[in-house]
Amino acid sequence: MSAISPQVPIRPSDRPSRGDRIFRGFTVGAAMLALVTVLVAIVFLANEARPALSSTGLKNFFTTTIWNGFIGQFGILGVMVGTMIIATIAMIVAVPAALSMALFINEYAPRKVGRLLTSVVDLLAALPSLIFGMWGRDAFQQKLVPVARWLSDHLYAIPFFRLSATDVVLVRSSFVVGVIVGIMVIPIITSIARDVMAQAPRDVCEAALGLGGTRWGMIRTVILPFGRSGIVGGILLAFGRALGETIAVALIIQLTFDINWHVLEAGGSSVAGLIAVRFGEATPLERSGLIAAGFALLVLTFCVNLIARRIVKRGQVK
Amino acid sequence: MTLLDDAPLADGAGAAGGAAKGMPEQPKRKVRGLTRPEWAEYAIALVAGISLALLLRTLLDWDDVMGSAIIAGIAFIGVHYLIVRERTSPDVALDKVVTTMMWTVGAVIVAMLLWMLSYVAVRGLKLLNWTFLTTDLSTTGSLEEGGGALHAIIGTAEQVAIATMVVVPVAVLTAVYLHELKGRLAGLIRFVVDSLSGVPSIVAGLLIFTVWPGYAGIKASAALAILTLPIVTRASEEILRTVPDSLREASLALGAPQWKVVLRVVLPTARTGLATATILGVARMAGETAPALYTAFGSASVNLNPLNGSQSSLPLFVWDLIRVPDQRQNDRAWAGALVLVIIVLVLFATARWLSARADKKLGRR
Repeated sequence: MSAISPQVPIRPSDRPSRGDRIFRGFTVGAAMLALVTVLVAIVFLANEARPALSSTGLKNFFTTTIWNGFIGQFGILGVMVGTMIIATIAMIVAVPAALSMALFINEYAPRKVGRLLTSVVDLLAALPSLIFGMWGRDAFQQKLVPVARWLSDHLYAIPFFRLSATDVVLVRSSFVVGVIVGIMVIPIITSIARDVMAQAPRDVCEAALGLGGTRWGMIRTVILPFGRSGIVGGILLAFGRALGETIAVALIIQLTFDINWHVLEAGGSSVAGLIAVRFGEATPLERSGLIAAGFALLVLTFCVNLIARRIVKRGQVK
Repeated sequence: MTLLDDAPLADGAGAAGGAAKGMPEQPKRKVRGLTRPEWAEYAIALVAGISLALLLRTLLDWDDVMGSAIIAGIAFIGVHYLIVRERTSPDVALDKVVTTMMWTVGAVIVAMLLWMLSYVAVRGLKLLNWTFLTTDLSTTGSLEEGGGALHAIIGTAEQVAIATMVVVPVAVLTAVYLHELKGRLAGLIRFVVDSLSGVPSIVAGLLIFTVWPGYAGIKASAALAILTLPIVTRASEEILRTVPDSLREASLALGAPQWKVVLRVVLPTARTGLATATILGVARMAGETAPALYTAFGSASVNLNPLNGSQSSLPLFVWDLIRVPDQRQNDRAWAGALVLVIIVLVLFATARWLSARADKKLGRR
């Protein structure tokens, strides 16, 4: 295609030129790198996890809470449930806050306030989790003690809020970590929710307002139903992120291997936090156990992430 | 929002012009802001809420300030709801309650962020000085004064630079494959990128540890690259999507081969957006601790060679020192955290500035 002479008509062809083929090769190569990484990850992690799995047995690995590197028993039931507890608490904090932020920025706030809040949410996403963890450990969790005390005093009808003894410590708990992780994942939900809510047909919104509806009425009848799948998908994505949160959890929580349903008390667990704290001084066999736990976490976050993306995508097609 | 705020006024004036002739001039209705009765409602409710809380406080003999404030807030919302419902309708009253709650949530989140940033600043400024930035910890015992984070700053710079040099080309090329070439494997690649974006940061570190054992800065770079590749790819794809198709079609119609269209037209057009995505990716990498834990491992002295031997990084430095029960080491950790936050803030502001400038150039907003 380089020398175009006016006499010879150019014939359009489906066959890409040599330059295009080389270029295509480059991009395919780059794109395949991600695929190779995932395959290598699965093969290597599975391989390294084998010693621990064979010494524990696959059934015990998923159904016991015993973690002992010396006898080679690695049960991840406790840490897995702990991870779920923390992520669930995070969602209870993050979902209302993040959705209010999304609606506030999109529908309610004056333009300047909206722009400020957009920056604030983006900055929340940009700050390292290490900072959240340090602030949570040294400043924020002390402020949460009265909240935890109040919950245990007044809402003891909910079994999770009961305390096992009266003199227990109310810091370094799943509750504290959950709240902090919740603050960290607010931007994920807010940005996805804002995107899908902004796609709601503007004429229907205005029709709702024109018929005398209030803003909240319009949001409830038009925007929320329209954006539902995107919102659900965003929440699931944030849940996946909360499951994998490492550093903030590891800094604050007091690690236990048993399931601690008393979420307000010190002691809880998370797979990622466990790996971060224990891997350094672990024996080779325990390292294998930690890699197995990490692999299980990877599979879990992978599934959550996949479902979330599906749901978000389904919402966008509509 | 724009349609609602600006259009009705103009349209109304035009359409109603004929019918409204001869009628007395109506005062212009304000679309934004509050009317006088609405101000009054807020004021009454606020007074009522505060006095109710004070009353309860005296009667029940509380001394908890936070609790009283929360009671006052709830009472304010309740009283406001009742007043507005009396004057207008339950729907409007509910709308007011929702509005108040949204302002509250916004204010709480802004306050949290400011609290966190100022806390880091206060704790960090104690030790942050020139010595801190220009010395390492190789000769400083944990109880001695002095010493700093030079080794960590160098480590972070090297690790992030290497990771960026790998991630940006790969991510942009992948985005080009996904959006420009739309190849046969696009579905599969998008799936893989999506699943990579869910990898927990500690697992990325574990992966590099199993594939490429031993400690070196470049291994941390590899783990960071795995983490940021999906983020930058996704952002780049979004940016390529904003390049108008007319540009591509015009260049193809002029006889340019596709590689030239991408390299000379599409990517230069998307330049600013790609730079923004890169900067945000760099900010993300600079703050990641978990991927570096068992790949770079950390050390107390300057290691200029990222290819060999354990190397520190700012997050690792902070992580190691914040976990020891020793005041001086913790102070060092907070100073390191402040450096980290400043780096992130500067990168964030740069990205903001770049994208604002690009928006202005394109006439958006």
